[in-house]
Amino acid sequence: MTDVAAQSSNVASATPDTMAWDSRARRVVMIYLPLACFILILLFPFYWMAVTSFKPNAELLNYKEHNPFWITSPTLAHIKHLLFDTAYPRWLKTTMLVAIGSTFLSLFASTLAAYAIERLRFRGSPYVGLGIYLAYLVPPSILFIPLATVIVQFGLFDSPLALILVYPTFLVPFCTWLLIGYFKSIPYELEECALVDGATRLQILWRITLPLAVPGLISAGIFSFTLSWNEFIYALAFIQSGANKTVPVAILTELVTGDVYQWGALMAGSLLGSLPVALFYSLFVDYYVSSLTGAVKE
Amino acid sequence: MSVTTLPSRGHALHQPGWLARLFDYKPFLIVMCLAPAIGLLLVFLTYPLGLGIWLAFTDTTIGQRGIYIGLENFQYLLKDPLWWNAVFYSIFYTAIATFGKFALGFWLALLLNNHFPLKSLIRAIVLLPWIVPTVLSALAFWWIYDPQFSIISYLLVDVLHWRDSNVDFLGSPWPARFSLIAANIWRGIPFVAISLLAGLQTISPSLYEAAMLDGATSWQRFRYITFPMMMPILAIVMTFSIIFTFTDFQLVYAITRGGPVNSTHLLATLAFQRGIAGGELGEGAAIAVSMIPFLVFATLFSYFGLARRKWQQGEAND
Repeated sequence: MTDVAAQSSNVASATPDTMAWDSRARRVVMIYLPLACFILILLFPFYWMAVTSFKPNAELLNYKEHNPFWITSPTLAHIKHLLFDTAYPRWLKTTMLVAIGSTFLSLFASTLAAYAIERLRFRGSPYVGLGIYLAYLVPPSILFIPLATVIVQFGLFDSPLALILVYPTFLVPFCTWLLIGYFKSIPYELEECALVDGATRLQILWRITLPLAVPGLISAGIFSFTLSWNEFIYALAFIQSGANKTVPVAILTELVTGDVYQWGALMAGSLLGSLPVALFYSLFVDYYVSSLTGAVKE
Repeated sequence: MSVTTLPSRGHALHQPGWLARLFDYKPFLIVMCLAPAIGLLLVFLTYPLGLGIWLAFTDTTIGQRGIYIGLENFQYLLKDPLWWNAVFYSIFYTAIATFGKFALGFWLALLLNNHFPLKSLIRAIVLLPWIVPTVLSALAFWWIYDPQFSIISYLLVDVLHWRDSNVDFLGSPWPARFSLIAANIWRGIPFVAISLLAGLQTISPSLYEAAMLDGATSWQRFRYITFPMMMPILAIVMTFSIIFTFTDFQLVYAITRGGPVNSTHLLATLAFQRGIAGGELGEGAAIAVSMIPFLVFATLFSYFGLARRKWQQGEAND
């Protein structure tokens, strides 16, 4: 009895939410069971995606003789079809190019902007910051039609360069706010010391502020990469030819053909298209969480 | 500050070139630093926004410069049942999906705020639906909602024997509408849960201890401590969520493309269908512009409705 009491008081001191919970059974019902349901539902589509990608067509469309939740004879046929009979590798390359290009462009622009707003402090700098923040609230769905005409005017229609130039419109506001937060956390005295020692402002940015803001830069970078990898509406509206499409658009417009959908190939394409970001994500989980929550808190 | 005297001192020590001195001149440096970001945003955001509003008042089509036709596009839309349908579904979709996302996301955040083994791994897994490209997970949902080979139908019919026939998820209007909302909620839960979890972790445990001493029940602690303390962050997350749900495009375009019988068109997909696919840029722009009043209203509502309670965190009420 005292054991249980000690245990519950232990739990209580650990987190406030569990203070009144006195029994283990109640904890299982109130926490573990709902949590398990959440995880099951949140992960099931991915499991289903993966199972479908490795299933032979015979099993895929026959639930009577094969248990649909499992694969009896796994096959790589769908992935082989995708890699060798379609332009999938090309789409992957284009997407990678666009994502990396727009990430670097937005990191460059937003680092300078954040530095100017947070550290060069001029009259009206809060308003510039607010203006950049407001830009984040303009959704792409409102912009894609006029942007398409702008892209045509610039002669960039059907070129990945158009996407590299357009994606920063939603990346820069986010990155700038994230980096302003990081720059705020770096002591100003460090910069003052460097100024006294005769360093120029750009030297200070390059040698002192940026090295200290590396976690912020990584957060902003991986976030930008993910967002540009996942972007859909601009890529759908600005790219016409099959070869220049990004993965999300190409799977939907090039692989969905005819009346009989190639579910195996579609799911294999989705799985492969999700892997780079998922991999990236697993390497930098903490940065994702901090950038997500940091941006919300700012 | 002594900043103004410092460049001259640097000059005396290193004799930097005129370029270095120019870049150390503060007003010039500010302009140069802001130029890339502001330039990109002006050319690819502000200008298109203005251009879009202008296009909405013209009869521009692809390949043909339009002329100013006043409110004709909007008058046409007001008489168009498809537009009204899209307005209705956009509001319905946003309302139900936002409610679902926040109810479930808040619950998940509260669950994740407990201590249990493998906590950081579980938190990482939870974010996955939000990381993966929406279109690709939407394709998975499309396959899950397949009329013949839906895994949900299989579960209900062949495993649990709750139904006799397959569920027709996407074949008729109302089931299709709710299927899309379910997919949107699935995708939105992680963002809400992780952002709210960050908010939950900032609440001081001493508040709960004080409430415990006063004999507050767990519901009272939630109602009078957790919920009010979470209001500011809830307001921000909800504003974002409403904006991006109302203007959602990918999910609907990937799963139903507005069908069956145009019943699941959101304003964004309708704008795409008319503007890009149909070539009527002016009309498409008018549909896109017609989203703006709804967005402004939703933003003001969620922001001022919730965020004015700043004093609850001890800040000034501005």
